[in-house]
Amino acid sequence: MSLRIVVCVKYVPDATGDRHFAEDLTTDRDAVDGLLSELDEYAVEQALQIADAADDAEITVLTVGPEDAKDALRKALSMGADKGVHVEDDDLHGTDVVGTSLVLAKAVEHVGYDLVLCGMASTDGTMGVLPAILAERLGVPQVTLLSEVAVADGTVTGRRDGDAASEQLQAQLPAVVSVTDQSGEARYPSFKGIMAAKKKPVESLDLSDLGIDADEVGLGGAWTKVEDAAKRPERTAGTIVKDEGEGGKQLAEFLVSQKFI
Amino acid sequence: MAEVLVYVDHVDGAVRKPTLELLTLARRVGEPVAVALGNGAADTAATLAEHGAVKVLTADAPEFAEYLVVPKVDALQAAYEAVSPAAVLVPSSAEGKEIAARLAVRIGSGIITDAVDIEAGADGPVATQSVFAAAFTTKSRVSKGTPVITVKPNSAPVEAAPAAGAVEALSVTFGDAAKGTKIVSRTPRESSGRPELTEAAIVVSGGRGVNGAENFHVIEELADSLGAAVGASRAAVDAGWYPHSNQVGQTGKSVSPQLYVANGISGAIQHRAGMQTSKTIVAVNKDPEAPIFDLVDYGVVGDLFQVVPQLTEEVKARKG
Ligand SMILES: Cc1cc2nc3c(=O)[nH]c(=O)nc-3n(C[C@H](O)[C@H](O)[C@H](O)COP(=O)(O)OP(=O)(O)OC[C@H]3O[C@@H](n4cnc5c(N)ncnc54)[C@H](O)[C@@H]3O)c2cc1C
Ligand SMILES: Cc1cc2nc3c(=O)[nH]c(=O)nc-3n(C[C@H](O)[C@H](O)[C@H](O)COP(=O)(O)OP(=O)(O)OC[C@H]3O[C@@H](n4cnc5c(N)ncnc54)[C@H](O)[C@@H]3O)c2cc1C
Repeated sequence: MSLRIVVCVKYVPDATGDRHFAEDLTTDRDAVDGLLSELDEYAVEQALQIADAADDAEITVLTVGPEDAKDALRKALSMGADKGVHVEDDDLHGTDVVGTSLVLAKAVEHVGYDLVLCGMASTDGTMGVLPAILAERLGVPQVTLLSEVAVADGTVTGRRDGDAASEQLQAQLPAVVSVTDQSGEARYPSFKGIMAAKKKPVESLDLSDLGIDADEVGLGGAWTKVEDAAKRPERTAGTIVKDEGEGGKQLAEFLVSQKFI
Repeated sequence: MAEVLVYVDHVDGAVRKPTLELLTLARRVGEPVAVALGNGAADTAATLAEHGAVKVLTADAPEFAEYLVVPKVDALQAAYEAVSPAAVLVPSSAEGKEIAARLAVRIGSGIITDAVDIEAGADGPVATQSVFAAAFTTKSRVSKGTPVITVKPNSAPVEAAPAAGAVEALSVTFGDAAKGTKIVSRTPRESSGRPELTEAAIVVSGGRGVNGAENFHVIEELADSLGAAVGASRAAVDAGWYPHSNQVGQTGKSVSPQLYVANGISGAIQHRAGMQTSKTIVAVNKDPEAPIFDLVDYGVVGDLFQVVPQLTEEVKARKG
């Protein structure tokens, strides 16, 4: 039977742009160009490698996001994924991680899955918890933050490099897996891949398709509330000296003046 | 006074510093009740009591070491049900965040991750977050259920606040999901003998400018003279010059020391994301246009191979 892989990818504002908050204290998505979260490219890459190693596999890329989030799906499709699913609904604006995970869980079940692959964290919210919550909601094993992953005979194995130790993990499919940026460089879409992606199917779903009430998600349904967002004050300009042979000593003087030495 | 659950990060009974910082924050919101799990759990009690824990709930079972994350969620949930706390605070390690997040969904609560401060508020604790690579500071609150908040290291001082710290055994029943992901083997990370990167008061980092693994001793020697931890940029890590466990930035560790010393690091946004909240920042870089200089309190434009060894010698001389 075909291995059904669903890769969750997020469409995010470019981190190198000047990111802002909108008036309702949600992410201002108009201020900066959006793209496929770079850390989710690693998940797409691992999905492609796992699919290559399997006899038969199908990769669906799934995103929850505004209309432009289709760009993220196209990028993943041009890397080689087979089809896309886009959950889009005006009522999703301002959804927190609890709501997003609910939508993703329902969507993953709608598609059907043996393996769900995620990135280690988004580059905007950066919480790094969505895969764990997804596993909790789906009631399947959580095999997260892997820097190495393999799937064979219905079992997923991988290495998780933690703070105190590096652990070898193992779980039965179906499972939710997340991979880090140490898992292997993501491929660039080829010209052929980009052309092919244009013809690949993308299914659009809204909340009612997934049986989710509008008041379970969005800014109103969120279980967290941002009360204030302020630009961090600019750091006061520091002293910059050119090394004329005494730079190390001058730096030492500064550290003494600040009582670090 | 309401009780606040504090999840204890410890290694065989030795409490890690971020947990003691959490106790400081927890005392602003209520009476800290600590939850310590796994091998050595009961040995944490004395330290936790010194820093304000009125109670220490402990549980040990083989499941904590043999299966990933979920057994700890089961235990924290048991503690939550036993205590009915006003808030649950967890250190923002990768594992801590995952435990907190699963708990939040189970108990029907919102979650805030990576807080850098917590204050009591009229509608419950208010968490400060530093977001968009530290370009913005937000204040947020959990508006449904019992606030679950994870807190970054170095967010609060460690304070002595003697309390009873009475040890109580926590009874835990593991659910069906607890044995989902087996930890087949574990290789402890070798200790460098230097302070823990995320906990260190001073971090000395090297980037692509260090130009080779064989040159990193220049960075290590400065770090050792200052009693600092060693960090590295992703460029240095990707080149194989320094271990990934020392990477500072978005996909590495996030640090917030008293002093950050960046050597041969340009200051890309993803690097800044991991160090911009440091109190004092200094840099050595040969390019006067390097973006890192926008952040510094003191910068030296020069060759790190000249400047850094001279600084190390000065530090050593002054420390005698
Ligand atoms: C600066 C900032 C701070 C925030 N803080 C909080 C907070 O403290 N609490 C809270 O509840 N919400 C918070 N949010 C909202 C939260 O980021 C979103 O709800 C988000 O969809 C889920 O969190 P994340 O992006 O951090 O995901 P992470 O947990 O970092 O994402 C991990 C992986 O999950 C998958 N994934 C995440 N989002 C999607 C998606 N929309 N579609 C498909 N796959 C996805 C990807 O594979 C991704 O790599 C914050 C948002 C921002 C911008
Ligand atoms: C999704 C994503 C996540 C990322 N995560 C991280 C992360 O966690 N951490 C991180 O660091 N990066 C991260 N990056 C990479 C980041 O964008 C930069 O590429 C990286 O930080 C550059 O490292 P660097 O400053 O050491 O190298 P460079 O940018 O090449 O800078 C080297 C600097 O050294 C100076 N130099 C050279 N020789 C000398 C000398 N002899 N003396 C003094 N100065 C010298 C140069 O002037 C230059 O400024 C990430 C990127 C992406 C896309």
